[in-house]
Amino acid sequence: MELTSEEQAILGGGRGEAAQRALRYQIEVGKFWGAKRFVPVTNVHMMGDIEVMGDAGLAWLKAEAGSGARCVVGTTTNARCMDFAHCERMGQDAGEAVKEKEIIATLRRMDVVTTDTCINYQTVYQPHLGEHVAWGDTGTVIYANSVFGARSNFEAGPAALAAALTGRTPEYGFHLDEHRKGTFAVELKAELDDLADWGAVGKLVGESHQNYYAVPVFHGCRRAPAADELKHLGAALASYGSMGMFHFVGVTPEAPSILPDEKMVVSDADLAAVYRNYKLGDGDARLVVFSGPQQSLFEMKHLALLFKDKKVKAGSTCIVTTNSAILQQSRDLGYAKALEDAGVTILEGVCFYILQNLSPMREKNRWTNMVSNSAKIVNIIGAHRFNTILRRTADCVAIACSGVLR
Amino acid sequence: MIIQVQRAFGPVVEGEAVVSEEGFSPRYDLDRWTGMITKPGHKLEGTSIVDKICFFPTAKGGIAAGWAFYDIKWKKIAPKAFIFGVTNPVMVQGAVFAGIPITEGWSPHPREAVKTGDWVRVDPARKLIEVLRRKT
Repeated sequence: MELTSEEQAILGGGRGEAAQRALRYQIEVGKFWGAKRFVPVTNVHMMGDIEVMGDAGLAWLKAEAGSGARCVVGTTTNARCMDFAHCERMGQDAGEAVKEKEIIATLRRMDVVTTDTCINYQTVYQPHLGEHVAWGDTGTVIYANSVFGARSNFEAGPAALAAALTGRTPEYGFHLDEHRKGTFAVELKAELDDLADWGAVGKLVGESHQNYYAVPVFHGCRRAPAADELKHLGAALASYGSMGMFHFVGVTPEAPSILPDEKMVVSDADLAAVYRNYKLGDGDARLVVFSGPQQSLFEMKHLALLFKDKKVKAGSTCIVTTNSAILQQSRDLGYAKALEDAGVTILEGVCFYILQNLSPMREKNRWTNMVSNSAKIVNIIGAHRFNTILRRTADCVAIACSGVLR
Repeated sequence: MIIQVQRAFGPVVEGEAVVSEEGFSPRYDLDRWTGMITKPGHKLEGTSIVDKICFFPTAKGGIAAGWAFYDIKWKKIAPKAFIFGVTNPVMVQGAVFAGIPITEGWSPHPREAVKTGDWVRVDPARKLIEVLRRKT
């Protein structure tokens, strides 16, 4: 890779050993992908919690902080695995909670802003067209590339942290024009009335085109989608298809005026088949989750309306996750109270699928199914041996309150 | 028998091959305490990847994979190498961070060259994989 004089200085140890190690690591990753150089980044969003990092990751992080690792650009954290106010009731390990607090303290020492959110693009930082950033999780990256026209690859925790320490990332993938062109067209003929429908589109398109560099171009939608709809679409495309970017004609800034040759259509019948094809297993309807990504303020408002004057069925669990800022506003606006009065558990700063101790939690509660309106979470929780079922938002609420799976 | 790969990282390693027809994510598919593929319905469900040379056609989802490789390496349940048809940046960032060899792109396709149980050598610097011994 070609290095600037500043990068050579970092490599020579001029900005400390942590930055030196980070740049060496970034060079190896860049070489793998054939990157010719680095690009400066303005913002970093990183995943780092005890569930994903484990003891090894924590020990590594503490050593890095001890050797002077400090962020040189604005750096925020993704959703984590524990809401300390709920971890005892949720059956999470006290010992792991101590480690989670150590991670948070260590990251803060390194100048990381611990926002604990996977919807930073809705609540914390909105990059502009062409802005280079280094973000993870995948849902944040696809939103940045697609909706803002910013430029990021999927950056795993260690890679994002390296970018935070050096202020740059190797130039490959979505930092380059050549990978940002649409590769196939998707005509949206379906009604798409619910967030789950948008996730289902992401599932259909992602599953059939699993490739990081596949870039779908959506067209034919009869109305402008809202931010939460694009969020569920993007999160599902990234999850099922490992995709990092989409275009949406008339909506996203880099959408092409000429469609690619390869074409597919998503119809109402296709969506109906998605819902129909989930196996209901033993019919267990005792776990309903609104998470993955965290809920926006408008999602909280909508859920509060749907749960008004209702109660989660005795013996059932309904979990909503959001970040601290949205939860505070939801408290001020009465949405949180409406949900809690209905018996919903609101978890702050976490995402359901990365909750520490989730498999034992499933066993203890004898949950077999998980019902959600998020196509992403329905896809990613499989290793915890849940049978998962995607349903529309109002249907999820009805299932939570009736205990009957439909 | 030799498989040429397009991109590669890591030292030379040898081990027993596990050839999958389905893609992989250490978060979606793997039990990160035993090294077994546990996702219900995965084509390798019930298979251990510990100390294996793993051939996967695709990578799935997940930023969290970046820490997972380091975690499983430390727990001594990591594979010896990941051989992908098509991968994504997270797998590469995670493997490089953990020091696990990883490659992308293959010719010929492993289904024509290697079977689960064969003993193979991965040579990232030369961008090739050799089948040393057939499963007996």
